[in-house]
Amino acid sequence: MSAVMNIKLTVNGVVYEKTVEPRLLLVDFLRQDLHLTGTHAGCEHGVCGACTIIVDGDSVRSCLMFAVQADGCKIETVESLARLGSVDSLNPLQESFRSHHGLQCGFCTPGMLMTSTDLLKKYPLATDEEIREGLSGNLCRCTGYEHIVQAVRTAVGQREESEK
Amino acid sequence: MQTRPKIIGTAAKRLEDPRLLTGHGSYVDDKTPAGTLHVAFRRSDQSHATILSIDCSEALKMPGVVAVLTARDLEGLVKPVVATSKMRDYHATPIYPLARDKVRYVGEPVVAIVAESRYLAEDALEGIAIEFDTLPNVVDPEQAAAPDAPLLHEDAGTNVIVRREFLRGDVDLAMAAAAIRVNRRFRFHRKTPMAIETRTYLAEYDQGRKSLQLHTTSQIPGIIRDVLTDILDLPTVRVVAPDVGGGFGGKASVYQEEILVCILARKLGRPVKWTGDRLEDLSSTSQGFDEIVEAELGLDEQGRILALTAEVVGDIGAYSIYPWTAGLEPVQVVSFLPGPYRVAHYRGRVRAVATSKPPTGPYRGVGRPTSTFVMERLMDMAAQKLGLDPREIRLLNFVSQEEFPYKTASGIVWDRSGFTECLTSACAAFDYEGQRAAQAVARAAGRWVGIGIASYAELTGIGSRISASPGMPINTGTETATLKIDSTGAVTAAFGVASHGQGLETTLAQVVAEELGARLAAVTIIHGDSAAVPHGTGTYASRSAVLAGGAATLAARALREKVERMSAHLLGVTAAEVMVADGFAFVPGSDKKISFRELAKAVYSEVGRIPAEARESLEETKLYDPFFGTTTCSTHVTQVEIDPETYVIKVQRYQVAEDCGRIINPLIVAGQVHGAVAQGIGAALFEEMVYDEMGQLLTASLVDYLVPTAVEIPSIGVSHLDTESPSTVGGFRGMGEGGTIGAPAAIANAVADALNHLNILIDELPVTPERIFQLIKNKEK
Ligand code: FES
Ligand code: FES
Repeated sequence: MSAVMNIKLTVNGVVYEKTVEPRLLLVDFLRQDLHLTGTHAGCEHGVCGACTIIVDGDSVRSCLMFAVQADGCKIETVESLARLGSVDSLNPLQESFRSHHGLQCGFCTPGMLMTSTDLLKKYPLATDEEIREGLSGNLCRCTGYEHIVQAVRTAVGQREESEK
Repeated sequence: MQTRPKIIGTAAKRLEDPRLLTGHGSYVDDKTPAGTLHVAFRRSDQSHATILSIDCSEALKMPGVVAVLTARDLEGLVKPVVATSKMRDYHATPIYPLARDKVRYVGEPVVAIVAESRYLAEDALEGIAIEFDTLPNVVDPEQAAAPDAPLLHEDAGTNVIVRREFLRGDVDLAMAAAAIRVNRRFRFHRKTPMAIETRTYLAEYDQGRKSLQLHTTSQIPGIIRDVLTDILDLPTVRVVAPDVGGGFGGKASVYQEEILVCILARKLGRPVKWTGDRLEDLSSTSQGFDEIVEAELGLDEQGRILALTAEVVGDIGAYSIYPWTAGLEPVQVVSFLPGPYRVAHYRGRVRAVATSKPPTGPYRGVGRPTSTFVMERLMDMAAQKLGLDPREIRLLNFVSQEEFPYKTASGIVWDRSGFTECLTSACAAFDYEGQRAAQAVARAAGRWVGIGIASYAELTGIGSRISASPGMPINTGTETATLKIDSTGAVTAAFGVASHGQGLETTLAQVVAEELGARLAAVTIIHGDSAAVPHGTGTYASRSAVLAGGAATLAARALREKVERMSAHLLGVTAAEVMVADGFAFVPGSDKKISFRELAKAVYSEVGRIPAEARESLEETKLYDPFFGTTTCSTHVTQVEIDPETYVIKVQRYQVAEDCGRIINPLIVAGQVHGAVAQGIGAALFEEMVYDEMGQLLTASLVDYLVPTAVEIPSIGVSHLDTESPSTVGGFRGMGEGGTIGAPAAIANAVADALNHLNILIDELPVTPERIFQLIKNKEK
């Protein structure tokens, strides 16, 4: 267990070189080694989606990856969404979650935002069913999903606006 | 600026959101002070067994391990936690941080390992060897209630921890006279609250000051502070619940791990943290519901209720939880069973029975999801016998406006609420007639479509005259608000509540801003910190908007008067001429105006501007106690369709009408209803904590314990009846739990309606495809 490995990866635009144990989960690496505590762990067995981040352009569960598997990868976490990560400059998706009251306790929210970011990039999301299907890997115990679906729906509209 | 802005009632954006949306929240696990040690627990894998020996020697040798403790090592360091009660026939069960002598459920902590990291602490679990001598299982609550059953707590002398009876009228006579009688044995299975954030605790001890600080994922920091001070015998304890990732009742009790990190921090002189994992959460966080109810309803030939009887057995698990006691859940089943209806003759008996499973505690709705399920099923069964529409039988039996205040058969008083109005409004929004017609067409085409209604009433914002849990000795009926305008003009308001998703930083700021005349964004709400106010018990039981909202109203009004008095000196007018709004004191119709900032400067710094004898500090503390509380009611209407091949149930339409009093923020109210309904749908269709006959948990991961996703939950319509409560300051009613109360019953009735042609009755929740399959198979036999 004492063997360690050197890894180099980019997180939210910053390059990190770190020495880690091979068994260290990526979610723990982000939270503990990089102090990026925005990414949450809700189950550590790949079901709740709270730990969702984007690795090389795809959403993944950071509790199902070891830090060493992210060697050489480009990672984005919730801290990357707002300009300079500032609470004063939410991005349109974050704004939409706020205006639709798409979060209550906020614990699932980082995962919801990263999953939605990925969905918005890749899928048409023409119907609410599609949005619900796309979010079905992320559990929220607070909102009953209604307002989250509305928030993503509005973000889809904004995406179309900006594409015009 | 002539008229005060209206802030209460607007869909203000939440003040807590920016930090939570950007990853800058501060949940307990986000904080790891330098030198923090981490705990892992070796838990019992037996449901009922004597501990013969524990060998920790291997664990102690493992890398990074600092200490390994068993109950023996804690002797003299801590007193047990005992949930006492004023109830007769109640037996308290002491709770120790680690199991002593015997274990009573799978998942009970037995050994604590402290190490330099969570990984190392968990590694060392393998170095613990426990020898158990298994004892007879106490898994089935009805068997456990038998006089000769093996005992879980020898000192109690029985497994029946609480017994209670409510009686009104001559039930047997009335029942015998009833033209129509319906009865059934109902079963509501065990659930877990399942907040997405697992329980996590961080204790820090300051040796020099002998003071302990605990960061905890708790709904009740004030109660935790009080009990820790007592059992650890410490002069100062501060308990902080920072951002908390949902609770739903699961974080509203005192936990063994929570006490243990405090003992360890004091003993080891370093910060000590425990972050629970999901398996630990599923197997040791307080669970919910779990009742067997045999009930009978008697009616006359028109469908008017004459009598109701119920025998309830509540499976409370291994301990009577602190502070609520084991009476909390099952006793409320019988006290709320008569619902919003006129029931002249009632007998409700309950036994709360200890079993070798994790303790049950508060879970959203408490008691009322089961009572509503039972009563609303009986109402539908009766309606069917009478050939009445489910809507008609309810309208016939609701307590009417002329009858308020109405004392129910169990002694609860409904002050005034829109029982009938909720039903009418929900049915209108649902297009009840239209949907019934559509259902008839669908059914003619062979589709299994059903519609279900559920109505209920609950007591919220409970004051000091009633206990939040029957017989509980601690007062949960008051709330304190301390408001200040500091020397910079900033407004802060401190409370004893602890928001964990309810948005109290926003709704309480709305109340303060409006009543004081401040700008919303300029009000900072302090909550979840036992040091913020002298006494506060937290957020649970749909109390915070009513109690903290009431205290905020009183304190803000008093502070506004101070602002008027102080400003009058500066503006050269009388206090009566001054108005306060938007962060300014001003004289309407003139240019005389002063900001809070300037006012604060004049009061605190520019000595002399206000005569010394007239100068008052800009702060106010007010206590609020609604004494009894107030009524909240609701009707849910839903439509489901069952696949005749797979028996998969799809909830297609859902409508709620709710009377939650004066609304502070409609968006937040809607969010609370949606979330609570989703939990109720989960309880009705998916969620069940399954224990086998050995007391082993079979649903030990989120792959087996099914929490609904966005796909299973339909779009939920909510209509609000904005009627001010007559009994509370501000007119607020509590509403955070209601969705979970109404949904299981509404879904059960809709499923029963969909299966009506098969002559199958729904009496067990969750109703899963497997259960429907069994019901149909048994029918065919
Ligand atoms: S923590 Fe990764 S999916 Fe739950
Ligand atoms: S907002 Fe609490 S879990 Fe989603």
